[in-house]
Amino acid sequence: MFTDWIYLGIFLVIAFALPLAAITFAGVISPKKPNPIKDSIYECGIEPIGESRIQFKVQYYVYGLIFLVFDVETVLLFPWAVAYNQLTLFGVLEAVLFIAILAAALIYAWRKGALEWL
Amino acid sequence: MAVIWQNILTFLQGVLRFIGDPITILNQWLTGVLSGWGANATLIQVILAILGGASLVLGGLFFTVFLIWLERKVGGRFQDRLGPNRVGPWGLFQPLADMVKIFTKEYITPTGADKIPYNLAPVLSVGAVLAVIAVIPFASTIFGVNINVGVVYLMAVGAIGELGIIMAGLGSNNKYALIAGFRAVANLISYEVPMVLVLLIPVMFSGSLGMNDIARSQNVWYIFLAPLSAAIFFIASIAENSRAPFDLIEADSELVAGFNVEYSGLKFGMFYVADFLHSATAALIFATLFLGGWRGPGAESIPILGFIYLSVKATVVYFLILHIRFTVPRFRIDQMMNFNWKFLTPLALVVLAATAVVDKAIPSNLTALRIGVNWIVNIAIWVAADRLVRVVAPKRVVPEVARPRPLARPPLANPPQAAAEHEPGGEA
Repeated sequence: MFTDWIYLGIFLVIAFALPLAAITFAGVISPKKPNPIKDSIYECGIEPIGESRIQFKVQYYVYGLIFLVFDVETVLLFPWAVAYNQLTLFGVLEAVLFIAILAAALIYAWRKGALEWL
Repeated sequence: MAVIWQNILTFLQGVLRFIGDPITILNQWLTGVLSGWGANATLIQVILAILGGASLVLGGLFFTVFLIWLERKVGGRFQDRLGPNRVGPWGLFQPLADMVKIFTKEYITPTGADKIPYNLAPVLSVGAVLAVIAVIPFASTIFGVNINVGVVYLMAVGAIGELGIIMAGLGSNNKYALIAGFRAVANLISYEVPMVLVLLIPVMFSGSLGMNDIARSQNVWYIFLAPLSAAIFFIASIAENSRAPFDLIEADSELVAGFNVEYSGLKFGMFYVADFLHSATAALIFATLFLGGWRGPGAESIPILGFIYLSVKATVVYFLILHIRFTVPRFRIDQMMNFNWKFLTPLALVVLAATAVVDKAIPSNLTALRIGVNWIVNIAIWVAADRLVRVVAPKRVVPEVARPRPLARPPLANPPQAAAEHEPGGEA
């Protein structure tokens, strides 16, 4: 029982193991002489001010919410796209209606100002 | 004498057959050898899978060396320089020398770094890009695997690469890196929307999600049937692998080096390998989805020709990516977001709907009519979008929330009556 997926699994293991092996190998042969100045955080040559894990802009979160809608949409559209050649014009128009509803959602978000970068 | 000639002729025919289709012949030969050693069928397949996978991954990694040389050389020419020209012919061995150097550089881990994400990030970035190679069909017989959800796999694995960047940002304990991480998230999620929307169009035409099926079904290159979709896909894939002009996550002038500012040695190098390889795979994917992949005269019977065709097409796309990188200045983050959400995404939605309806209305056997009508529709959409952007959009009233506010107000000596609408402490 050998499927494409087993091949893909083997491939993924190799793809992630090779960079890991290279990094480990370089770690073995490279010098290790840490000191506090060398290990300090880079902030344009001055002493770091405050906490490094700063707050993020709320706009990223709003984009994340809008993205979620469209991502679910495309997941629903992929089966439709695969079946496209067998569909009648009516089936295509239904999908167009679906896309139009999502376009309306985008316009709504736009009008509400969710797409503005403040 | 005739026997010798016969032998030489057979040998030459064998060589030609091998050059024409190396993978199938190697496969048959190795299967024969291994079964001669007494291995059973499953074991043979596993061994062949490991060999095939390892050669694709190693091929990808060593191909990067060439890509780095190419990028530096082309970049040099664009900027009226010579580029690398000292080590080896035309500086061809310069990246190899750099590679040897970078192997011996110390890893500097910043204090307070989150060890697990920090160390995992470079591995994830490179691994994800290498994993993409598994589904790219290089020729009718030369491909890793033709899984039936190849396109979805591409999107999923591509997201892991961005995850590596986000982890680098979070783990580095550095503000620049963290801001780059935020931008990477915004970049990934924003440009994925138009990209996936126009990705549906090759899927629609071919009726399959498998990359090799999409390549095989392109009797007409899909760029001729859907030129605007191809353009959107191209822009979105440049943005997705954060190449200039969308390279906000490593914007040198504002974030120093972005997410990789705290990395050194080969960990730093791995991000660069991922970056170069990502452009190359983006070019290969574009060539496969919209430029007919390995399709071309004689490619079905002689697979190596297909490989050459795909290489030529991908090189053209890659050169275009390089050209854009070296000639277009960088966007600001708000411009980039606006461009995506207010232009590319609506355009992609309209193009998808229009293409679906138009292509269904025309019988698929009338190829010339199909191309003509699709082109007319695409040009009409483009003209309409252009008019909207140039004429209607500047007149539109900007919503109240979008008005820029000052971050800090100078203290007012005598507050006027307008002070009522600026509550103190309301907006920071």
